[in-house]
Amino acid sequence: MPDFWFFIEVLVGGLLSGTMYALVALGFVLIYKASSVFNFAQGAMVFFAVLSFVGFMELGLPFWAALPVTVGLMILVGMGTERFVLRPLVNQSEDTLLMATIGLAFVIEGVAQLAWGVDVRRLDLGIRDEPINWVMDATGMLVSQLDVTAAVVAGIMVAALALLFSHTKVGRGLRAVADDHAAALSIGIPLKHIWMLVWATAGVVALVAGMLWGARSGVQFALVWVALKALPVLIIGGFTSVPGVILAGLIVGAVEKIGEVFIGPFFGGGIEGWAPYVLAVLFLLIRPEGLFGEKIIRRV
Amino acid sequence: MNISAILQSSQRAFPVGAPILELDSISLRFGGVKALTNISFNVLEHEVRAIIGPNGAGKSSMLNVINGVYVPQEGSITLRGERLAGMRPTDAARRGIARTFQNIALFKGMSVLDNIMAGRNLRMHAGFLEVALQLPRARREESESRAAVEEIIEFLEIEHIRKTPVARLPYGLQKRVELGRALAAEPNILLLDEPMAGMNIEEKQDMCRFILDVNDHYGTTIVLIEHDMGVVMDISDRVVVLDYGKKIGDGTPEEVRSDQNVIDAYLGVPH
Repeated sequence: MPDFWFFIEVLVGGLLSGTMYALVALGFVLIYKASSVFNFAQGAMVFFAVLSFVGFMELGLPFWAALPVTVGLMILVGMGTERFVLRPLVNQSEDTLLMATIGLAFVIEGVAQLAWGVDVRRLDLGIRDEPINWVMDATGMLVSQLDVTAAVVAGIMVAALALLFSHTKVGRGLRAVADDHAAALSIGIPLKHIWMLVWATAGVVALVAGMLWGARSGVQFALVWVALKALPVLIIGGFTSVPGVILAGLIVGAVEKIGEVFIGPFFGGGIEGWAPYVLAVLFLLIRPEGLFGEKIIRRV
Repeated sequence: MNISAILQSSQRAFPVGAPILELDSISLRFGGVKALTNISFNVLEHEVRAIIGPNGAGKSSMLNVINGVYVPQEGSITLRGERLAGMRPTDAARRGIARTFQNIALFKGMSVLDNIMAGRNLRMHAGFLEVALQLPRARREESESRAAVEEIIEFLEIEHIRKTPVARLPYGLQKRVELGRALAAEPNILLLDEPMAGMNIEEKQDMCRFILDVNDHYGTTIVLIEHDMGVVMDISDRVVVLDYGKKIGDGTPEEVRSDQNVIDAYLGVPH
């Protein structure tokens, strides 16, 4: 196989896994947009969502029934979070909310394992993590079916959310709530509906991300740490931008795979693990608001 | 035309009418601190009603009571003959009460246009799914609101900064945008918390003009808090004076100006 095709293969693999990072990061962006808070519980939600999904299937529900049931459950989690965590903290500082999400993460992780046990489960979506034959035949490249499916699903979700949260009533309400609670209330934007909506949506996004990650690496507690991969994506893309995290997800995916394969050998390998963070630090130095984040404007 | 001439002239498009808002024996405490004690006054439809008083007199608390931010321990608020109990800010907004804040509370990262569009929130009824799927009602409301907002932008003479993020604007313009956001809801009653605080003379004159224009053009009833006596006297129909949480005067600017209690509160009395 010529080097060119090998490079393309690595690049495509990176871009495809990048969409999975983007999907996880998307959950963070939704909540950050509506409450200016980094939701520490996002990883826990990914874990809880997919664990529940597998759990329902183990209880005998078929795939098509387990999916809406889990979506419903995640919506309930979102509503419960609004009612019991966020509502008592209206008008509190963002730091307080941040601490609340750390606590929430522990609660969700605990409840998930209490309810469904701690065993590692397999999730079979019926899509194999194997190369697509015709691509292999035509170019010799190994492109995983699962990666392509994940990318398509992520793409659809992102497009839908980007549309919804751009210049629409819902999108403005979201940003208004994030900026100023008192002012949002004064123009009749109901904080609780917006928060409920956002957390429920973030829960559903977490489910989709969890299903795709779970299908690849098993449904296990380690899914909680998938959220860590989302951090450089968020920093590069900007915490408030849906298109930003998509692009950043692709960049992170491509950089880590290309870095691993072509630069890794000079460092003895393993740079996949830290290359995205180095990139994120560079962004913090040069463009702290990220690619498409809201400009940080300070009047002095 | 001179400002007081507008007020006095019988040419007002919306002549002052019957009471629209009545506050009866309002008392508000924060723990042991009495912010407001037994305050009663009313606001007539289409009038410009000012609440004045020295620092810490309870002016902002009063506005926050009308807006539902604070629920008073005693007393009642009656809006168009309907007694409102335990009203929250979103209820107030739904009943046509809009407001601005003493320390500008705009959505800083958003453009002028988006800020004012956000003010249209209650005028848009499409639900989440309708918006998500861009169904006809959501699209229609969006374009209707956009047209209404353009009218306000033109009215407030801020066409040139339409797309600017509000955090970049100078103070005076931010105040004007905040007024625009409140107007976007097409309120019956507009509460303005120190609309001219921190402004220079020119900005104050502009703001006075806009307030009177709003009153004249849309017939909006205006309740405003102001620190600066001179300004208030020029633009208000009637004035309530508060001091230490108590009402010490109420009447036309002329009456209030010559009231000994008011003079004492503002200038101090020898002990």
